[in-house]
Amino acid sequence: MYDFNYQVPKTLAEAVTAIGSADDGKLLAGGMTLIPTLKQRLAQPSDLIDLAKLSELKGISRNGGGITIGAMTTHADVAASPEIRAAIPALADLAGNIGDAQVRHRGTIGGSICNNDPAADYPSALVALGATVRTDRRELAAESFFTGMFETALEPAEIVISITFPIPDKAAYTKFPNPASRYAVVGVFVAKAGSAVRVAVTGAGPAVFRASAFEQALERNFTADAIAGLHLPADDLNADIHASAEYRAHLVTVMAKRAVASIT
Amino acid sequence: MTEPDRHGAIGTPLRRKEDLRFLTGHGRYTDDFNRPGQLHAYILRSPHAHATIGAIDSVAAMESPGVVAIYTGADLAAAGLGGVPCGWGITDKHGKPMVEPAHPVLAQGKVRHVGDPVAVIIAETREEARDAAELIEIDYGVLPALVDAVEAIQPGAALVFDEATQNTCFEWEIGDQAAVDAAFAQATHIAKLDLLNNRLVPNAMEPRAALGDYDPGTGDYTLHTTSQNPHVIRLLMGAYVLHLPEHKLRVVAPDVGGGFGSKIFHYAEEAIVTWASGQLKRPVKWTADRSEAFISDAQGRDHVTHVELALDDKAKFLALRVSTIANLGAYLSTFAPSIPTILYATVLAGPYTTPAIHCAVRAVFTNTVPVDAYRGAGRPEATYVVERIVDVAARQLKLDPAELRRRNFIPRDAYPYQTPVALQYDSGDYFATLEMALEAADYAGFEARRKLAASQGKLRGIGISTYVEACGLAPSKVAGALGARAGLYEAAEVRVHPTGSVTVFTGSHSHGQGHETSFAQVVSSGLGIPVENIEIVHGDTAKIPFGMGTYGSRSLSVGGSAIVKAMDKVIAKGRKIAAHLLEAAEADIEFKDGQFSVVGTDRSKSFGEIALTAYVPHNYPLDELEPGLDETAFYDPKNFTYPAGAHIAEIEIDCETGVTRVIRFTAADDFGRIINPMIVEGQVHGGLAQGIGQALFEHTVYDKASGQLLTGSFMDYCMPRADDLPNFDVSHNVTLCTHNPLGVKGCGEAGAIGSPAAIMNAVADALAPLGIGPVDMPATPEKIWRLIQSHRTAPAAA
Repeated sequence: MYDFNYQVPKTLAEAVTAIGSADDGKLLAGGMTLIPTLKQRLAQPSDLIDLAKLSELKGISRNGGGITIGAMTTHADVAASPEIRAAIPALADLAGNIGDAQVRHRGTIGGSICNNDPAADYPSALVALGATVRTDRRELAAESFFTGMFETALEPAEIVISITFPIPDKAAYTKFPNPASRYAVVGVFVAKAGSAVRVAVTGAGPAVFRASAFEQALERNFTADAIAGLHLPADDLNADIHASAEYRAHLVTVMAKRAVASIT
Repeated sequence: MTEPDRHGAIGTPLRRKEDLRFLTGHGRYTDDFNRPGQLHAYILRSPHAHATIGAIDSVAAMESPGVVAIYTGADLAAAGLGGVPCGWGITDKHGKPMVEPAHPVLAQGKVRHVGDPVAVIIAETREEARDAAELIEIDYGVLPALVDAVEAIQPGAALVFDEATQNTCFEWEIGDQAAVDAAFAQATHIAKLDLLNNRLVPNAMEPRAALGDYDPGTGDYTLHTTSQNPHVIRLLMGAYVLHLPEHKLRVVAPDVGGGFGSKIFHYAEEAIVTWASGQLKRPVKWTADRSEAFISDAQGRDHVTHVELALDDKAKFLALRVSTIANLGAYLSTFAPSIPTILYATVLAGPYTTPAIHCAVRAVFTNTVPVDAYRGAGRPEATYVVERIVDVAARQLKLDPAELRRRNFIPRDAYPYQTPVALQYDSGDYFATLEMALEAADYAGFEARRKLAASQGKLRGIGISTYVEACGLAPSKVAGALGARAGLYEAAEVRVHPTGSVTVFTGSHSHGQGHETSFAQVVSSGLGIPVENIEIVHGDTAKIPFGMGTYGSRSLSVGGSAIVKAMDKVIAKGRKIAAHLLEAAEADIEFKDGQFSVVGTDRSKSFGEIALTAYVPHNYPLDELEPGLDETAFYDPKNFTYPAGAHIAEIEIDCETGVTRVIRFTAADDFGRIINPMIVEGQVHGGLAQGIGQALFEHTVYDKASGQLLTGSFMDYCMPRADDLPNFDVSHNVTLCTHNPLGVKGCGEAGAIGSPAAIMNAVADALAPLGIGPVDMPATPEKIWRLIQSHRTAPAAA
């Protein structure tokens, strides 16, 4: 990797100052994408600002609004959290199936959503559950947070502090993992809150998106059969050596069916 | 820490002695060695699959901090370095030598694959070397890239080497074509199949590394390297590349973290660090990262094959006709020419009495990483061809695939059995292993399981593969006649110390095989001393006699036999010493359980007493016998060994996603005598994982237009993992090898040889009810899903 200034702020205020004053700074969360990128010399930041010491960014709590997860909380901690297991087991399950054990103990929810990898698992949970992302300067609805492939609505030097998830009546996440990387070739998060159903799809497109036809069908009839005949158009979906757009479109239906079947 | 079982007799599952150091971080791998004043090399590799090299501007790079030297192909040519040699020459079907193009250590004039080394930057640190590499400007003239062997032989295709017409290295054949043609003319049934054998990236856990260390005081060179055979590296590099005499060159292959064949070969980086160390009078180290391993370690397989099997009206095999195009990659790696020929076509008889076999092989250069031996090396490819076509025939004839195999197995009383493709099998019982496997796999109960799966919308299939491999490479005379440019014996020295403990220096090399334990068991049994009194030393040309190393499942059958021969010499000398001490005739001395005794008496001397006497020869027949007890032996095998077995895979396909899951895998193998059943089982497990990996997951994909490796990391290249695999049911039948002293056959490659066809036959079996024909490896989800989509009549009860 190239040389950079390594900074470890002790407070959020210090972090905000550090990233704001760096030439071309990068925030380091768990580093599961950033560190390999640096090692391959694909990025050359002037400063790396490690968020590891910021206690404001850690922890899981349940409050009136739902479950709040600090940005620097690891996937393993989310997976093991009794609060989350009780309130949104699908979210704990999702976290428990990210990458491998090593990744789950380093990688964080904040790092994952800020990177917004099109094949990451978490974005689908945020969008389907209608989560709110809190930063050092504002709150953002999940749907407006994820703006495109590896792109978010974050402004330069904006730091994510926590994510708050409303508690649904039912939710499930089913993914078809890439057999090599275990990222989602297609992942579908289904959440039902009252009569409203949200279906968020990751892996299939340039970024997470809602499958509205699936949502409408499920709001009418929350069964796997209700969506068995639905098919997303393949036109805008991703294609690579592992899965064509057509196959991904098919997998969206299969994963959605399986998610619904698991909670009905 | 207590060891539950240290007596170490042959046949006991002794825990591996070496594991304590491996598991506690005390192993010493090449990259763990550091020398004072050490420099670091970074290899600048071609980003293009095929390009001319124009001007190379390294002025700015030379001024970069920490840089000590930069060398290009022109520099090495000017210094008189030779090219990377090929260790096997094939004579083509017209009697002409294969096309053997130059293989410069650093590319000269042209680059021929992505990853081809172009320059080496040597600096105080690895990062500085890499920084400087980015400043080197090379004027590449990009040429059309060829990655597919079939496309490479089309008229008008670009040429990887000007001298290789239609990119062909050689066309070779074996067998009696006229007899095969005649048999086909008489056949009642003919089965035909086109097959791809997918290219694999070996991916040993430890990436390659090399540390060159020149001693200006003595003029000696030492190379530490990740090798399966340090003497072979010393010979090839010293004699052909660097022109260094062997007494001034020491090669050490310390702990090595897996090889699977990929660390047999002599690689450019070994020569670079050794030579540069001499130039700079400082040690030079190079360590590959994983990305570099993907584009610089020799890869495996990559065959395109057409096969036809002729059968008579009783379903007896009459003849086998095989035509294969083998992709050799961009250069001839050390043993590359032997893999799709000698180690492939000679195994096409499999366990069957097929009387006539003909195989034609065309070996082709492409703009891809060189291809060479990878676990099984030719024999997995052959087994795959035979076992797939046998299953196609069974389906065509509506015969149980197990029954078709039984009808054609070599009878139990037919050994030694001469095949029509050069080999003579010494022993075996293919009926026994098949029956063991069928029973363990509950073959008889399969149809009920298929129905149950179908009721859940799943397609279940079962597949058999019965293989024979030729291992224990190899009788030197035979290998030489077939093109080997080296002998294939093995060497061992058994050095008995004065107090009776023993150090064994073996030419075999352990890089995961557990030799330090299983070889100690052989010695413990042979000399009647505890295993803790035995040390097995390997991997250092300064310590061990000239050995040929570990590959081709040869270590125990060839290396172990050399140890037995050396032990025999020790015992023979011990008998003379004992006869003197016990005042008896040598003929009356017997050696058993560590005691030299006078037959029929209670007079005896222990092994330790004899050893002490040999080194303190106060009462000793010095007129007739030298002091000391230290014997060396070289063992050249009389024949190959022929491990064999039956593998049965049961798989289930999820029709909605196309995902194939292995439900059950049964292996019944015959490896001859088993020294350590736990180690053997581990070898089978590892081989099965790699074979199942090839069948379902591993796929090396090059972009056809650019020649870029698209599966260049673990993000895209899918290695099999524990949760992809079922618990393996492994069992053994034993027929002894008749021509080596241990009766052993070898077990290292069997798992990877037998399993791919078992899996793919099971996939074919699962899909057959839908009318879907043969499927090529790897059976990836989208491939299977598309086939199901295109034959959609739905499984029975879905």
